[in-house]
This record gives sequence, structure tokens and C-alpha cells, in this order.
Amino acid sequence: MSGVDHFLAMGGYAVFVWPAYGVALVVMAGLAIHGVAAYRRRRRELARLEREETR
Amino acid sequence: MFSLANPARFMRWSAAVLPYCAFATAVLLAAGTILALFVAPPDYQQGEAVRIMYVHVPAAYMASLVYAVVALGSAVALIWRHPLADIAAQEAAPLGAGFTLICLVSGSLWGEPMWGTWWVWDARLTSVLVLFFLYLGYMALVNAFDDPARGAKAGAILALVGVVNLPIIKFSVDWWNTLHQPASIFRLGGPTIAAAMLWPLFIMALGFTLFFVTLLLVRMRGRLLAARIRALRLAA
Repeated sequence: MSGVDHFLAMGGYAVFVWPAYGVALVVMAGLAIHGVAAYRRRRRELARLEREETR
Repeated sequence: MFSLANPARFMRWSAAVLPYCAFATAVLLAAGTILALFVAPPDYQQGEAVRIMYVHVPAAYMASLVYAVVALGSAVALIWRHPLADIAAQEAAPLGAGFTLICLVSGSLWGEPMWGTWWVWDARLTSVLVLFFLYLGYMALVNAFDDPARGAKAGAILALVGVVNLPIIKFSVDWWNTLHQPASIFRLGGPTIAAAMLWPLFIMALGFTLFFVTLLLVRMRGRLLAARIRALRLAA
């Protein structure tokens, strides 16, 4: 078994270890992307409204 | 401290600290993951399965910590009616629910190979599941009213009632017989786990904490922007 295969096999616990890291990655990345996207959307919206205000 | 919570001041100082928080989060999570997967030793009993700990334990700690933030924000909102406190509590809750979900799923994935079961209805596991439903219930209740102020108040009361669950989670492993192991880090007499495992765990936990702080600031800023948008629309 090569070094990479050995690492990925996680001593036979691959089916438990990788999904555990996977769920953390998916949940945290999801929360981060959603939070930042919502913030940017509102900032654009606010800029648009303020431009209209000054016109 | 309350002057920092003035919305205009909050927007200013949060903008200043956010880049540092985001940078520190990225560095700590990357370092924590590398340490957890490559540097930390396999356990002499659990082998490589012990690496689940570096996700599970920080997520579990955040699940309770974030609930304490939600409850504290709720208390400040109810007592002093500070608008930012409600916003902090409400924006923290989905993050806490996310950490609790990670804790439950990673715990289940750890339980199957080590205990021989994905789930048991024992005190620790059940009280954390209750915590997850407290988060969901709080979020649902806050949004269940036409009048946001009433929703915030109802949610705040639920959040405060739910605080009784926190000591139950913490001490469940001492009070009842359970498959879950007792505390091995925050205990009288110091941690009982090896330093080679404690360090990666500590860095990961710090990374999770800063992740929460960073995202909470972003989400609170988003809420304040939304309030300004609403005010401008009403004025127009």
C-alpha cells in the first residue's frame, strides 16, 4: 500500500473518520458561504438604495 | 462595554477587527486539521479512529458555548432591551445548531466503531439532542410572530429556560451511567489525555471559536444593514 492509500485508509476506519471531517467541512463551509453571501447582497442593496436617495 | 454595542460603533469596530479574525480562523483551522490528521498519534486502543475526536470535541464544546451566548444575549435583551443583544442571540443560534449537528453526526460516526452502536438514548447523547432541538425551536419561535419584537421576546424566554440543559449536558456523564466517557480535559486535577493529542485539540477548538466569532460578526453586520435597508424603504 502506498503512503497516500495508507493515509486514506485511516487504519481501517476510513468510513468513519472521513465522513466526520466531511460533515464538519460541509456544515461550516455552508454557514460561512451563506453568511458572507447574505452580507454582500445586503451591502449591494443598501448602496443601490442610497444612490437612489441622493438622486 | 455598552458603548461598543451602539450599532454605529459596532459597525466601525467590527469592520476593523474582521480581517484579523478571518485570517486567524483560516490559519488555526488549517493548522488544526493538519495536526489532527498528520501529526497527532493514533490511539493505542482506538487506532486512527481517534482522529474523529478533533472534530467531535471542538464541535461539542462550541454547541454549549454558543448556547450560552444565545442565552446571555437573550438575558441582556430582556433586561436592558438592547437591540444588538437580540441580534447577537438570533444570529448565533444557527451557528450553534450547526456545531451541534456536527457534534451529533461525528459522535455517531465515532460510536459505531468504538461502542458498536450509532446511537444510545443515554443522558449525554439525549441531552445534546435536546440542545439541537432547543436551537431549532428558538429559531422557529423567533420567526413565528408577525411582530419581530414579540418573536424576539418569546425566543429570548425559551433560550433562558433552555439554559437548564447546559449543566445537564456537562454533568450527565457523572450523574448517570452512560457509554459516553467522562470529562478528560476540563476536569479537576488537569487533563488526562496525552499532550500530543491535547495540543491539536486545543488549536482546533480555538479555530472553531474564532470561526464562530468571525461569522457572528459578519451575520450581525448583515442584520444591521438589513435594518437600514428597511428604514430607507419605509422612508421612500
